[in-house]
Amino acid sequence: MVENRPYRDLMAYLVLLMGVVIVAFPVYLAVLGSTFDAATISNGNMPLLPGDQAGINYSQALLSGGRLAREPVSMMMLNSFIMAMGIAIGKILISILSAFAVVYFSFPFRKTAFWIIFITLMLPVEVRIYPTYKIVADLGLLDTYAGLILPLIASATGTLLFRQFFMTIPDELLEASKIDGAGPFRFFKDTLLPLSITTIAALFVIQFIYGWNQYLWPLLITTKSSMQTIVIGIKKMITTQDALTEWQIAMTTAVLAMIPPVLVVIFMQRLFVKGLVETEK
Amino acid sequence: MAGVTLDTVRKVYAGNVEAVKGVSLGIEDGSFCVLVGPSGCGKSTLLRMIAGLETISGGAIKIGDRVVNEVEPADRDIAMVFQNYALYPHMSVYDNMAYGLKNRGTPKDEIEKRVKEAARILAIEPFLDRKPRALSGGQRQRVAMGRAIVRKPQVFLFDEPLSNLDAKLRVQMRVEIKRLQRALGVTSVYVTHDQVEAMTLSDKLVVMSGGQIEQVGTPADVYRRPETRFVATFIGSPPMNILPGKVEGPGRVSVGGQMVNVTDMREGLAPGSAIEVGLRPEDVQAGTTGNSTLTMDVDFVEELGATQLFHGKVAGAEFVVQASTGQLAADTRSLTLAVDPQNVHLFDPQTTKRLGRQI
Repeated sequence: MVENRPYRDLMAYLVLLMGVVIVAFPVYLAVLGSTFDAATISNGNMPLLPGDQAGINYSQALLSGGRLAREPVSMMMLNSFIMAMGIAIGKILISILSAFAVVYFSFPFRKTAFWIIFITLMLPVEVRIYPTYKIVADLGLLDTYAGLILPLIASATGTLLFRQFFMTIPDELLEASKIDGAGPFRFFKDTLLPLSITTIAALFVIQFIYGWNQYLWPLLITTKSSMQTIVIGIKKMITTQDALTEWQIAMTTAVLAMIPPVLVVIFMQRLFVKGLVETEK
Repeated sequence: MAGVTLDTVRKVYAGNVEAVKGVSLGIEDGSFCVLVGPSGCGKSTLLRMIAGLETISGGAIKIGDRVVNEVEPADRDIAMVFQNYALYPHMSVYDNMAYGLKNRGTPKDEIEKRVKEAARILAIEPFLDRKPRALSGGQRQRVAMGRAIVRKPQVFLFDEPLSNLDAKLRVQMRVEIKRLQRALGVTSVYVTHDQVEAMTLSDKLVVMSGGQIEQVGTPADVYRRPETRFVATFIGSPPMNILPGKVEGPGRVSVGGQMVNVTDMREGLAPGSAIEVGLRPEDVQAGTTGNSTLTMDVDFVEELGATQLFHGKVAGAEFVVQASTGQLAADTRSLTLAVDPQNVHLFDPQTTKRLGRQI
């Protein structure tokens, strides 16, 4: 197709640019906010170029936290990281194994098992929050990483994703493995797992961000400040009754909170592309 | 090395669908046996039962002297080549071939020796480090065969291995498979729906239909003396013409009032009873020599290059004649066909069985 319409191109770029500005400006503002002291931010006329307080703000946030959060942000980030990793890895493990069972083994009530897993799609944490809280509390898992992670692992998205993927793998591959003397475990390890790398990467990205952004569940089951996650930390920093909000620290924390998901996306994106280029069914 | 023996083997799927209805067959050690039939005739199911990928509902399968009904595929000492090759996409060609040996705990240097040897035989040495996706269809097919060869199995099983290749490559690979099988001397069972493949490859041709064996024999036997009407019309291209006829006496039948002499005819058939007369398109001569002739109304002519196919009707039934190009004018509307009594096949209209002389 030959197209030479400069005016049209210009319009397209303009619309695109507007979209980018709308999305990116608040992020820029947060980054800006993390480079000024409290006074500059609170007088309401924040300059549009970065200030010189970045070093102070970031070291204060990371090492000691704000007055209100009581814990250093590095601690919160560690908590969030453990939770997000736990959810992502736990979910991948459980869903790939359950999908393997549902697709490749025929056992009584296989369909039933699949439908029970499927139904949990309709039950996100918010819906089952009371019984889940009760169980976690009865098991003595309040204020523990296990309590933060386990209830969020249980859901069907991953199982469905892997099931759909496994169903696209030709049966002959399983049969060839059988003839080559590979049992179910070997087939899983040598064939299914290497072929699933891209799916695993996709699920990891989605679940890591899902775990990192959790708010309601950690808010409910963590009472100790040493267990709080960064999302809760930000919330605590900006809701105050009597004291002045430390906006520079809140902004710094917000920027810090953005970094790990961005890193995960960037790192995994490379794996995505690699996977897409290298594997073929 | 070992032969394969099937003893009234049956396969019944859920819902009482009988895919294989009691097949008995002996495949001699070192021979090349081809199972051919239309889709759904049970040939693939039978092969997969020999491989151990399907359970056996009844009867017994023996590889050598061992009944393998309950033996795992990996322990049956067989190797299989699949229609879509079923290569492991994430492994290199070398690893694809070595995988089965690794799983059996074969020593590393032995694996390397065998893979190199197979690669040499199949001329895929330059590709050993490549992934299957970087190979053409024909090369993938070679790798799949290499994977079978390195195992040094008692039996090779081929499940329509050439169906995914283009016509030219198919002919080439067909020759190579035959040559390879001769050189290795391994008993082979090959499933196909392509009768040309079946004819060219087999030492022993097994024609199947509806879950049962229609006929077993050498390709020449099956072609010259088809035991049923199904075999007669399935083997041979274009298929055999079947005409409605009447018994006139010993060695004589009539088709639409025209007399035809027959060499191979069962004795004691009642004159006047109905019979089906089979004639291969390549076996009738346009001309008036001999004393049995048929007249044919020609509808149209198909041009095949070396030969021409004349389509038309004899005694109201569809009829095709194959003639060398130039032998007959393309605008011929009516033909007189000379029939050699040796080339007439007779079938019972009810049972569809051959009504030849009892041997």
